[in-house]
Amino acid sequence: MIAFENVTHDYGGGPLFRDVTVRLDPGSFHFLTGPSGAGKSSFVKMCYGELVPTSGVVRLLDRELTSMPRDTLAETRQRIGVVHQNCEFLDHLSVGQNVSLPMTATGRAVSDDEFNDLLSWVGLSAHTDALPPTLSGGERQRAALARAIISAPEMLLADEPTGNLDWEMSQRLLKLMIELNRTGTAVLIATHDLNLIRLAKSQVSARVLRIAGKTLQTAGTEL
Amino acid sequence: MSQRTISRLVVPRSGQNTWLVSVGAAAMCFLAVFAMALSVSAARLAQGWGEALAQTATVRITAPAGEIEGQTLIVLEVLRTTPGIAEAVLLAPSAQAELLEAWLGPDLPLDTLALPRLIELRETPEGPDREGLRLRLQAEAPGAVYDDHTRWRAPLIEAATALRGVALVSLVLIGGVMAAMITLAASAAMASNRQVISVLRLVGARDRFIARAFVRQISLRTGLGALLGTAIAVGTLLSLPGAGEGMHLLAGLGFQGSGWFLPLALPVIALILAYAASLATARRVLKGVT
Repeated sequence: MIAFENVTHDYGGGPLFRDVTVRLDPGSFHFLTGPSGAGKSSFVKMCYGELVPTSGVVRLLDRELTSMPRDTLAETRQRIGVVHQNCEFLDHLSVGQNVSLPMTATGRAVSDDEFNDLLSWVGLSAHTDALPPTLSGGERQRAALARAIISAPEMLLADEPTGNLDWEMSQRLLKLMIELNRTGTAVLIATHDLNLIRLAKSQVSARVLRIAGKTLQTAGTEL
Repeated sequence: MSQRTISRLVVPRSGQNTWLVSVGAAAMCFLAVFAMALSVSAARLAQGWGEALAQTATVRITAPAGEIEGQTLIVLEVLRTTPGIAEAVLLAPSAQAELLEAWLGPDLPLDTLALPRLIELRETPEGPDREGLRLRLQAEAPGAVYDDHTRWRAPLIEAATALRGVALVSLVLIGGVMAAMITLAASAAMASNRQVISVLRLVGARDRFIARAFVRQISLRTGLGALLGTAIAVGTLLSLPGAGEGMHLLAGLGFQGSGWFLPLALPVIALILAYAASLATARRVLKGVT
């Protein structure tokens, strides 16, 4: 699904990580952890083509990233949902319009039932007509999650999705992502919250990747 | 909600950039209407002067007091028998005095001056054999000089043509300034809506969709501004005093008949210009966004 082959990323001040080789398979659940500044966000950005590697090959849904035409990249992103820590919305549009944006902006339709089910699943049914700036941090994350998965993506990428949330809200968001994974969607969560990883590992078979010392390692059982 | 509907909504409608586009387009179209009116009026003026002077001529008779009457009669007879002369009218001394009064003032004792006699000619469309007429007058009335206004007509037409050229250059410059203004406004609009672009790219929207959303809004604002500016300019032209109301400088400025439909082309041209300029800008800006 997403494959890195000997990928090095240099942000201009030296490599952030080098020779990374990893595969994120369909239906898998991955955590990406590591200290702040280790390159977790850069790794996630490469997974949806916002960053390209300095060297090596990144394949998104079996297409090579660096040679991908812009329209193809856009189509690829329609199959990959993304949730950021500081999720951005179109603040002048309602929550409902923002959530359905991946469908409407790409000329696809979503039925009212599916849309209402989704908002209900993330607990935002009462906020459909609200504007994003009026939402709390947890509500924004859940709205971002709903937006990321409304097009039934094959992969969900979440970069520090619980960074601004309290523990209770973090657990709630994690539960939603585990439920999503059980429906077949591959999930990658970049986080430095080890408690969250431990909690998830008790509920789902998750592989933990760790960026440290400019390399990507598979974390051991110490987690 | 359809893709078309959401495309209209994704770019915020507020923001000073979009309103500046409207105001700029209105101002440019206001000026363009006047440049267009000047161009049309200058063309009309050149044509009018050409036609007015082309079929008229003057014979001036200068002779000693004892001979002037006789030479005048001879000239009138020559003109009467010359093919191509439709009418020859001897200007009365009072009419001559009126003409000179405008230049020399009312206090000059014109009746004591030895003024030449003037004969106004109206020529047929074919006109006379001018060189033959000059030779005949020279032979029969040595004091008569035939003036077919050529030396007046040419510079007048030349001036009117130059005026038209200036107006056309102004129109081109106005179009160029408008295109530059729209390009800047499009760039500014896209820069100030970077978050919109980034969200749309994140959710998988294609460049075409994003560009269309900006282009639609900028074109619409430009079109509305252009329409308003054109309407105000046409209203102003209509309110200018007409010929015969004392303001001769402005009396001829404007359109005539179906010419009043010409300014309607300006909002359309502005719209096309806005579409092309903002599309090119949007494509350029989007290429730099991952």
